[in-house]
Amino acid sequence: MNYEVVIGLEIHVELATKSKIFCGCTTKFGGEINTHCCPICTSMPGTLPVMNERVVEFAAKAGLAMNCEIANFSKMDRKNYFYPDLPKAYQISQFDLPICKGGYVDIEIEGKTKRIGITRIHMEEDAGKLLHDQWEKGSLVDYNRCGVPLIEIVSEPDMRSPEEARAYAEKVRLILQYTGVSDCKMQEGSLRADVNLSLRPIGQKKFGTRTEMKNLNSFRAILRAAESEIQRQSRVLDEGGVITQETRRWDDDEGKSYAMRNKEEAHDYRYFPEPDLVPIELTDETINKYRESLPELSHERVKRYIHKLGIPEYDASLITASVKTADFFDDTVNSGADPKTASNWIMGNLMRLMKEVNTEDIPFGGEMLHELIGLIEKGAISNNIAKTVFAEMFRTGKTPLEIVKEKGLEVVSDAGELGQIVDKIISANSKSVEDYLGGKQKAIGFLMGQVMKETKGKANPPMVNKLLRDKLELLK
Amino acid sequence: MRRIKKRVLLESQKLLSKVNFLNIGKLTIKEAADALQNKEISVIELTEKFFDRIDNIDDKINAYVSICRKQALADAAEAQALINEGGGGIMTGIPMAVKDNICTETIETTCASKMLGNFKPPYTATAIEKLRNDGAVLLGKANLDEFAMGSSTENSYIKNTRNPWDVNRVPGGSSGGSAAAVASGQALFALGSDTGGSIRQPAAFCGIVGLKPTYGTVSRYGLVAFASSLDQIGPLTKTVEDSAIVLNSISGKDPKDATSIDSGIADYTEGIKRGVKGMKIGIPRQYLSGEIAVGVRNKIEAAIDSYEKMGAVCEETSLDLADYAIAAYYIISSAEASSNLARYDGVKYGFRSSNYKNLLDLYKNTRSEGFGAEVKRRIMLGTYVLSSGYYDAYYKKALQIRTLIKNEFDGLFKKYNCILGPTTPTTAYKIGEKTDNPLEMYLGDVFTVSVNIAGIPAISIPCGNDESGLPVGMQLIGSAFSEKTLFQAAYAYEREHPFAIAPEVQA
Ligand SMILES: [Zn+2]
Repeated sequence: MNYEVVIGLEIHVELATKSKIFCGCTTKFGGEINTHCCPICTSMPGTLPVMNERVVEFAAKAGLAMNCEIANFSKMDRKNYFYPDLPKAYQISQFDLPICKGGYVDIEIEGKTKRIGITRIHMEEDAGKLLHDQWEKGSLVDYNRCGVPLIEIVSEPDMRSPEEARAYAEKVRLILQYTGVSDCKMQEGSLRADVNLSLRPIGQKKFGTRTEMKNLNSFRAILRAAESEIQRQSRVLDEGGVITQETRRWDDDEGKSYAMRNKEEAHDYRYFPEPDLVPIELTDETINKYRESLPELSHERVKRYIHKLGIPEYDASLITASVKTADFFDDTVNSGADPKTASNWIMGNLMRLMKEVNTEDIPFGGEMLHELIGLIEKGAISNNIAKTVFAEMFRTGKTPLEIVKEKGLEVVSDAGELGQIVDKIISANSKSVEDYLGGKQKAIGFLMGQVMKETKGKANPPMVNKLLRDKLELLK
Repeated sequence: MRRIKKRVLLESQKLLSKVNFLNIGKLTIKEAADALQNKEISVIELTEKFFDRIDNIDDKINAYVSICRKQALADAAEAQALINEGGGGIMTGIPMAVKDNICTETIETTCASKMLGNFKPPYTATAIEKLRNDGAVLLGKANLDEFAMGSSTENSYIKNTRNPWDVNRVPGGSSGGSAAAVASGQALFALGSDTGGSIRQPAAFCGIVGLKPTYGTVSRYGLVAFASSLDQIGPLTKTVEDSAIVLNSISGKDPKDATSIDSGIADYTEGIKRGVKGMKIGIPRQYLSGEIAVGVRNKIEAAIDSYEKMGAVCEETSLDLADYAIAAYYIISSAEASSNLARYDGVKYGFRSSNYKNLLDLYKNTRSEGFGAEVKRRIMLGTYVLSSGYYDAYYKKALQIRTLIKNEFDGLFKKYNCILGPTTPTTAYKIGEKTDNPLEMYLGDVFTVSVNIAGIPAISIPCGNDESGLPVGMQLIGSAFSEKTLFQAAYAYEREHPFAIAPEVQA
């Protein structure tokens, strides 16, 4: 039978605050085990949480960027369950009064815009991590992540294909990055998604029974997990079976999912209002202040790039696909570079280099690219040399001038020096010289190439061309 | 000139002899501070005197679970140095006891539980930090019902504390060790915590003054949580004025406690002697009817007469929701406790069962072996009332009652400056008398719990003794942040009827 798939996503995102949600500890990734923690985030008896106001601000801004209504009054709740990575044995989260409600995100799918509803966004704390040491009997716990602020973004069941789910997740990530509330670094697990998925016969209004796939930490995993779950559920339904409402674990290496627990075994979290924290009250004035301080989002930048900077739509959308490249582009242009030249460099060289080492970070600012473009325009280096310099900049973070000086890459424009090299090439390539003298104009191209090769690309090309022609003329 | 000097000398000699030779059980913070500032006694001498007394009598009373002699003498020397430089304030060099559920860095904080038997917190509670900054000297940690759950200190895993008035009776609880320490002259004052009466009830049983401040007045940072929305630290003292003096030291907004509040009151002793002329006092009829001992009722009625004589207007009124307070209290406090005590799982600190094969065993056996019966009872009750399917019928209902009780108090405080009644339905009972019947023990909290539910302040002061010679406690309840009114009313009574001190405990 043909089924329609219904997907909703819960996306957990780490906020980019410097300190944790309820204490002053750093949120920096990594660090020696149990060094980014204190009595508060390890929940020693008698300690109390105090809300980091930046977390509230970031959560509200995320909501505003996703067109949510921001609550004037919200509160934190306790979600109770036992696990060694959760030192209080409850997670401070939000239950019935989340900070953001009722928003949406527009995604582009097959050239069309589709609107995906956001049910709610709430704030919560991350847990620690269990370590299974091969030399120790039993497990150890690292509390460094404990108390790192998260938001959970819950979508409406509005997606109808794995591709839509992926596009939605990517769009959410982009919005959060532009808003500056999260780095969304996938490798560090700062964005994780749960996929809720059900099938129903095409035309049926009522939703089928859904399953929840937990903790997917890449867009590819979201896509593959959804595809796999569609297959699994169709198979069950085709065989006349029923879908069990359950939580499943996705194994990305095996490309398979496993049932974790069903509805009956589901936790009773015994939510109740967190008595150690006061309710979060945001005035309309504060909310407006947040709204006004929202940075320019990706679709706004696309418009500006096309209409104000005059670069093609293709370039604009490619560059804005990451806030890092968009910021870099803005920096380059703001330092004085021509927008189209800048965008060519970014789409070509920069993106290739970023892809090669699989990074989202650019180790230097846009003004460096502007400096490099300036060197080309001055004729100080050739276009080809510039590519080498750029790669070196990317590797070392050094300035273009430093690299050119250090490696002696400056164009050779000394007539005497070049004259000697030209003489050498002419005497070593008698066949091409004869061809040229015989009327084959093309042969000069080969000779040019030989000179450039000899100078490792540093020769000033117009000068070489003139020298060659002049010297060959003398042989006629 | 010479004659004046001689008189001053004589006066100070008199004071000196008072400090040195009379019962230090009678000494108040105010008197001790004067003696210290006038150099009639040194802080070290005073501290040693208290340690001597502890050495002599605490094996009869069992008020303390630990003594910090070395640190106390070091602190005393520091306080004395400050006094010698002409510095220091009223708390400088004042020896205190602290309930053992309030954290003290490097000193074991056990909550009188096997679960935290070896727990040394890496930090000090804000209230203690403030007292120590003001120069108070910590003598030791006082016994309590395990995790402050109980009304007799019989739920302590460590030992039973005895009532200094009759060592066969309970001191009350849960701050029983704190109350007994002050009443028996083993500390000039003590800190306790009050979730449903745990300061006021032992103060009543031991014949001293106990204050439960307005919720948020004193930081809870470092107080091991029982029921976070009800817990409040407060002083146990010999006099009303001492209570105000300690509150001056420990109150204030704390950036480490989001629920703490700046009351805006700079000095709680200010205006304490103004008297009660024209003050309107409400007497809820529910507080003088039903299961209340005759000896208690007689003393409260006498106190009401006394207030009228002093010029207050006492009027019978009604607290209709009083009957629901106990049920709401035990639901809310147990619900919060079930969550607050979930962290004691054997993973991070404190006790861990040695008997486990997997994680579930570790949890189950640690908690089964580490907690006492009363704590387990409350955890089970609290878990039950929060469970899906029961939440609406119990927890949610209790929260609704809480709002109604608050509203009812608000209504009363539009008419009255304060409300008066007994602190407890009976005086101190015999050790072991109620341990088999937890419900009966819960009912002893009938007059105290609604104050915590409403988040308002109340003070218990002694108002005479019953036919067995046991102290009766009178409770004055006020609106939020009306501590000064309560002190004023309590002080007026105390001035007319100076409080008796517990009979000397035979060493
Ligand atoms: Zn921390």
